[in-house]
Amino acid sequence: MPTAVALPSFSDVIARFDPVMGMEVHVELGTITKMFCGCSTEFGGEPNSQVCPTCLGLPGALPAVNQTAVESAIRIGLALNCQIAEHCRFARKNYFYPDMPKNFQISQYDEPIAYDGWTEVTVDTEDGPRTVHIGIERAHMEEDTGKSLHVGGATGRIHGASHSLLDYNRAGIPLIEIVTKPIEVEPEIAPAVARAYVSGLRDLIRALGVSDARMELGQMRCDANVSLKPSGTTTLGTRTETKNVNSLRSVERAVTFEIRRQASVLDAGETVIQETRHWHEDTGETTSGRVKEEAEDYRYFPEPDLVPVAPSRDWVDQLRTTLPEPPAARRARLQQEWNFTDLEMRDVVNAGAAELIEETIVAGSDAAGAKKWWLGEISRTANERGAPLDAAGITPVDVARVETLIKEGALNDKLARQVVEGVLAGEGSPDQVVEARGLAIVSDESALGTAVDEAIAGQPDVAEKIRGGNMGAVGALIGAVMKATRGQADAKRVRELILERLNS
Amino acid sequence: MTEPSLFRRTAAELADSIASGEVSAVEVAQAHVERIAAVDDAETGVHAFLHVDAERALATAAEVDAKRAAGERLGPLAGVPLALKDVVTTADMPTTAGSKILEGWQPPYDATITRKMREAGIVILGKTNMDEFAMGSSTENSAFGPTRNPWDLSRIPGGSGGGSSAALASFEAPLAIGTDTGGSIRQPAAVTGTVGIKPTYGGVSRYGLIACASSLDQAGPCARTVLDAALLHQVIAGHDPLDSTSIDQPVPDVVAAAMRGADGDLAGLRVGVVKELGGEGYQAGVEARFTEAVEVLGKLGAEVVEVSCPHFVYALPAYYLILPSEVSSNLARFDAMRFGLRIGDDGARSAEEVMNLTRGAGFGAETKRRIILGTYALSSGYYDAYYGQAQKVRTLVSRDFDVAFEQVDVLVSPTAPTTAFPIGEKVDDPLAMYKNDLCTIPSNLAGNASASFPCGLAGEDGLPVGLHVMAPVLADDRLYRVGAALEQALVSEWGGPLLNKVPEPAGS
Ligand SMILES: [Zn+2]
Repeated sequence: MPTAVALPSFSDVIARFDPVMGMEVHVELGTITKMFCGCSTEFGGEPNSQVCPTCLGLPGALPAVNQTAVESAIRIGLALNCQIAEHCRFARKNYFYPDMPKNFQISQYDEPIAYDGWTEVTVDTEDGPRTVHIGIERAHMEEDTGKSLHVGGATGRIHGASHSLLDYNRAGIPLIEIVTKPIEVEPEIAPAVARAYVSGLRDLIRALGVSDARMELGQMRCDANVSLKPSGTTTLGTRTETKNVNSLRSVERAVTFEIRRQASVLDAGETVIQETRHWHEDTGETTSGRVKEEAEDYRYFPEPDLVPVAPSRDWVDQLRTTLPEPPAARRARLQQEWNFTDLEMRDVVNAGAAELIEETIVAGSDAAGAKKWWLGEISRTANERGAPLDAAGITPVDVARVETLIKEGALNDKLARQVVEGVLAGEGSPDQVVEARGLAIVSDESALGTAVDEAIAGQPDVAEKIRGGNMGAVGALIGAVMKATRGQADAKRVRELILERLNS
Repeated sequence: MTEPSLFRRTAAELADSIASGEVSAVEVAQAHVERIAAVDDAETGVHAFLHVDAERALATAAEVDAKRAAGERLGPLAGVPLALKDVVTTADMPTTAGSKILEGWQPPYDATITRKMREAGIVILGKTNMDEFAMGSSTENSAFGPTRNPWDLSRIPGGSGGGSSAALASFEAPLAIGTDTGGSIRQPAAVTGTVGIKPTYGGVSRYGLIACASSLDQAGPCARTVLDAALLHQVIAGHDPLDSTSIDQPVPDVVAAAMRGADGDLAGLRVGVVKELGGEGYQAGVEARFTEAVEVLGKLGAEVVEVSCPHFVYALPAYYLILPSEVSSNLARFDAMRFGLRIGDDGARSAEEVMNLTRGAGFGAETKRRIILGTYALSSGYYDAYYGQAQKVRTLVSRDFDVAFEQVDVLVSPTAPTTAFPIGEKVDDPLAMYKNDLCTIPSNLAGNASASFPCGLAGEDGLPVGLHVMAPVLADDRLYRVGAALEQALVSEWGGPLLNKVPEPAGS
């Protein structure tokens, strides 16, 4: 449905309405095998090469629970401050779709493994950072579906396609679905909170080591529920569920768009339809998907092929000891260790660079140097390419090496920038780029001495001023030497050589 | 006196003969293949088998002979032929579950019990007929035509495992595998005069068993004698990591129990007659044989008391909510997308249309009835009233068993209220058909072990009657002790096995 009229502005809408959000995030666990069979979860295999009777739903085959997936689910639950069920069952969610081999999904319904938790996110406001408490309704285990590829149509959607291809490699990969309680915050920060929540969750999942949580690979998928109610009222409005919002930026944009769209519907005296909506990255809009005329009846019932999961309290306590430091505490600790200001630390976190900086420091850099590269040159390149920072093409070890070369006097700032550029361009490691581009500082004393002599000879008047004690004139000669060596000289050493010659 | 034909011998006898070298496994397989050819015609004969693979059976038998010749130690049933219910997957034979929707489907894998039997050197002759997806009590719901009862070819052989029971009673195989969701091993055993054991739920792996109702299904051994059933039970039972519901505990020593029972001493055994399983609706001849069988147990030293299980009367309606609910979900995978029948795929129709057409054409009436019932029972707004209530009844039935087993070691009842009824008599009356499983269903709901043993012929029609014995969870051995004791007493009373009275089918 194209937008018929211009939407009211966000600031106009939030003056009159309070948005209520709910986030549902699916995380693909990084287990070696699938949720209920021994098939590989490796990404990118030949279609239907990682399947067996169980994940193909062949008659007679049965599921068996992957204990590592249960362990990951419990750790996620604990990290989200959830209660861990002493006894919980899987349930069957029944609906027909060709990418679902059994025509039911093994999930959890009224007995999730983790429930009633919370987390905190921090967003910027005009009054400085604001920390928001977000309630977690539940986290439960389920299996992923296969993938449909609709062929022969213009859009790649099922409408207009001549046929469909099915790949069941993904069918049965373990998923954890994490559902928030309704999120009600100051209207102006609502979209930012949604983004910060997903971003924080991603960091948490990575810190737990249970998934790479790469949104661009579908390892983490977000559905955003949004409804509006008139400012100051308490009755919830009708919500829409925007599916598959798969980047942090899109989360913020999609929530903003839905808030504005629903306001325009309400302004026109119409009612918001309860439905799922599709997010379009290109236009920045959502469009109507399936209308939920009545809530779809999935006929949930306890999965009779599996016994209940009953994690012992000892096991849960033991898993609690394996949790990483909570993100907020970790952030405070790193800020102190690195001696960054609030503002600097905020930039680091927003850029998603904290971990990269930490690794760069471990590899031998100092904090300021590491921050300079990751938030400067590398961030710029990553943004240009639309790639996440850690996929920009340079590693923390590379960055630390560049810093070491600077410290050793083998590179100056200007050369170092060129080295980083080269690494980002895929030319190899810092040392390879230095070698290939011939970027090392000219430290050959005789070559440098010749250049200094030539510079002095070339500007006798300047030399005379220096001999006369006018140190301000040294810069001109240094500049000439640097020019002659195409910048590959250590300016400090050049200065020393000039003064040695003119003061002797 | 001439030596009985090979196909008339028990599994234990055949195993001994093969092990001693008296006969070869190939000769034994050949005798059974010929017997099948003689009596199993689909149109006029018993029609126990949907698929016979004589070549493969003979090849397997030859392997057993070769191993014996090489001096390898053989399992206690090596070289003994078996009829496998067509609901158990076999990587080398089609598996249809009696349904058109799976006609010709070749599974890519063996069920766990198939694998175990192969490893034991058991010779699988072929796959036996059954009610579609194991739903029925007569084998008339098979998409491939009914099986006929060897005692009277105009009558049903029980169901759903009528193919397996008929194969035993017509001496086409000395051993068979059945599966029991509400009585599908025990009721066919009763109406054919054979032995059928439903082990404790979880005692035998369900991996590779095409599911009817997952929480009720249990595969088990079928045979003509109690010892043969025990020998087969020992082969197929045990924990399987591929089946999460299988029990990780030692298998009760059922062979030892059968041997002990054959001594005919039941002193110290307490037997409870279930008050609620008898009376109105039970055929007079069935009740008469049942009463006599209980008297025999008393004579063998058992202490017999009456026990009440008040919730058993609710078991049937609860079962007919739980079973269809699970069926509606288990059978959703038959959608023409990945295997089996596909109707209407003309390049223009959508996947959903093809699914609808295929399911419409591929499922029989009883299957559709249960899918619809189950879909309804699980619907939101009805779930609590139907599925939820039924689960509560299930708990109450289990408690009845718990209370009863505090007073007695085993419970007994008739296996089925009637003897084998004529083919066609109840096809249009599903409720009458369902009542056949009145006595057997409680054990499926509670998951405890149960069995049916032959206890004579009903006076009014001369057809077999079964004694139903129920034991606690994981006390499967008690069934064998009681069954073997009863068997030795009755066989000597009769002057030979009951099955000696089966009429020889015409043409054989
Ligand atoms: Zn698999």
